[in-house]
Amino acid sequence: MQKSLYINADKCTGCLQCEMACSYENYGVFNPAKSRIKIFDFDHTGRKVPYTCTQCDEAWCLHACPVEAIKVDAATGAKVVLDDVCVGCKVCTIACPFGTINYVQDTGKVQKCDLCGGDPACAAACPTGAITYVDADWTGLERMKQWAAKVDNQPRA
Amino acid sequence: MAWAGKILRVDLGKGTCTSEPLNMKWARDYIGQRGLATKYFTEEVDPKVDPLSPQNKIIWATGPLTGTMASTGGRYSVITKGALTGAVACSNSGGYWGAELKMAGWDMIVFEGKSPKPVYLYIENDNAKLLDADWLWGKSVWDTEPAIKAKHQDPQIRVSCIGRAAEAGCLYAAVINDLHRAAGRSGVGTVMGSKNLKAIAVRGTKGVGNIRDPKGFMKATTEAKKVLADNAVTGQGLPKFGTQVLMNVINEIGALPTRNHRDVQFEGAKDISAEAMHQPRKTDGKPTLVTNQACFGCTIACGRISKIDETHYTVQNRPEYWGASGGLEYEAAWALGAANGVKDLEALTYANFVCNEDGFDPISFGATVGAVMELYEMGVLKKEQLGIEALFGSAKALTYFAELTAKGEGFGKEIGLGSKRLTAKYGHPDLSMSVKGQEFPAYDSRGIQGMGLAYATSNRGACHLRGYTVASEVLGIPVKTDPLVTEGKAGLVKAFQDATAVFDSAGVCLFTSFAWTLANVQPQLATACTDEFTLEELNLIGERIWNMERDFNNRAGFSSEDDTLPKRLLTEPAKTGPAKGLTNGLDKMLPEYYQLRGWDEKGHLKPETRARLGL
Repeated sequence: MQKSLYINADKCTGCLQCEMACSYENYGVFNPAKSRIKIFDFDHTGRKVPYTCTQCDEAWCLHACPVEAIKVDAATGAKVVLDDVCVGCKVCTIACPFGTINYVQDTGKVQKCDLCGGDPACAAACPTGAITYVDADWTGLERMKQWAAKVDNQPRA
Repeated sequence: MAWAGKILRVDLGKGTCTSEPLNMKWARDYIGQRGLATKYFTEEVDPKVDPLSPQNKIIWATGPLTGTMASTGGRYSVITKGALTGAVACSNSGGYWGAELKMAGWDMIVFEGKSPKPVYLYIENDNAKLLDADWLWGKSVWDTEPAIKAKHQDPQIRVSCIGRAAEAGCLYAAVINDLHRAAGRSGVGTVMGSKNLKAIAVRGTKGVGNIRDPKGFMKATTEAKKVLADNAVTGQGLPKFGTQVLMNVINEIGALPTRNHRDVQFEGAKDISAEAMHQPRKTDGKPTLVTNQACFGCTIACGRISKIDETHYTVQNRPEYWGASGGLEYEAAWALGAANGVKDLEALTYANFVCNEDGFDPISFGATVGAVMELYEMGVLKKEQLGIEALFGSAKALTYFAELTAKGEGFGKEIGLGSKRLTAKYGHPDLSMSVKGQEFPAYDSRGIQGMGLAYATSNRGACHLRGYTVASEVLGIPVKTDPLVTEGKAGLVKAFQDATAVFDSAGVCLFTSFAWTLANVQPQLATACTDEFTLEELNLIGERIWNMERDFNNRAGFSSEDDTLPKRLLTEPAKTGPAKGLTNGLDKMLPEYYQLRGWDEKGHLKPETRARLGL
């Protein structure tokens, strides 16, 4: 069974533990500037919203890559950048409709979320449950349950 | 390691930016942030210096845990000689700015001299330069931050800056970052403004990587986060209610200073409490509170984000105030509310927004308005000079004064001087509820006796963040003591003061100490920095920092005579509540405190104390 990152922005406090966990996992440093998940701060409304790659099935980045540097991890379904193949042409960054694959100046390659091989560090670090890693077929489960709770099926007197 | 290992020195007179290696011996002896920056400051600055002269310096400093995955590891402090107090000042802030400075590769920035014209410092990793700020001068905090981001075409820049209050010379002006996080007290923003320094804009992409024992550090920080999550205060109370959880509690125990400390209980406390912030309004059916929010790295998330009722008189037809922003925290809700007898929650939220928008301390501001209202009721101050009737309880007077003080207009210019100077000017210095020129926060020391000693001996003037014995005397953390007695409080105050100095120097938030003791901080510091940071060593460092600050104040001219409380708290008994009939018993605690500290009767460090602490 594949899993997906499920993001519930209502629970996000903007602590950036996920960004630090991501950069630590991939680069060994605490550095939000190198994180593959990003928290957006809508200060006028007080909302903090995590955003990252959703691992499209027909991934634009993968199809656009001229050197086939993006492969599917069969176990997790993640679209993974092969660093030794990537030439840093950035065509994938143009192709991605969501902006979730980006160039890294220090390495000359692109980076994107690879689900940490099936144990995403961001989800493990999130203190509020705003980022969880759940059954890929049931990312709507929590929201369904919230609506289900509103259904009134008791017989009326 | 965990320190970046270098500091940025900015000579504002010459316009130069120079990189220096961090003094690692001092880092071992003073950790970082408050301790380490104060060490630099006291070594470099003449204690007698006029706070607003070019000879005063001002330092922005991070701790070794700032910018790491340690919970709440995003703090920074601003260290200088305080404009309000003339004492050593160290104001601590959260938000994201501190971590950004560390990510850019700097432990601290030391500013010296004065710029001939308005400037702001722009830092992009190793590169730092002073840029013209003529175009920013006169702008509020809320206009400055977006303007800098737009100019550099970089929304990820973090900004620490002053608003119009500091420019206008308000003596308790704050440094604000991320729009509503504040290094709020003692007038650190005023000093920044006196140097023609408008802002520090930082973009850091290098990260924090030189952890001594990364695996040990991840284990230690994970365990410490669990302690916070499992604790009732840090795991439930603070995220849900924020520091405002205290309003009803402190009122019930008769320690909520009301109407310039005339009373110790406020009949409107429930209207301005955490519970009131959750209550849907009659007008639009929505509560004032929008959400809670965290600072960088914080797994507590006590921050309050509120939205003012669009139909409230303060913001009618003013959509610029209809957005969600920071507040109310407990201290601000008290100072703007109970201290003035005002119970209009929307008005308090608006006044707090104005404090953030233009950068001034709501505690000193609110408490000064309390003194103004008392002088008004006594007939000393008149409606004609104030521009408004200023009876206790008047929300309109409060918000009017906030608007004036923000820009240094009208009577706001005088309110911006703080209660000590204002009450002295009008012949009633006893009505200033302050120590060393700084106004009290939200705990009456007749109802919480230990706080009287904590206030009287606080190195930055009256303050709750130097020795928060409320934790023990009211909340029972780490052990419950009786708030109405003086016995044992000298030792309690000293223990809190020394431990707090370590929290403030590590890069973490003091609020963790509702759940953590130094025994929880120690493994994080040791795995990040050096195994020389044992628990015993941290205790000694805390005591060393406290005495270093004290020694600077002594050399600046403060003595035992300044370790006192306003006459009202020493002679006018509490009228109601559990503390009814009590004054503060400072004289019963102070001699024992000096003895425990190893100070002589004038409050100076004895030679053997200096030797023991390596000062």
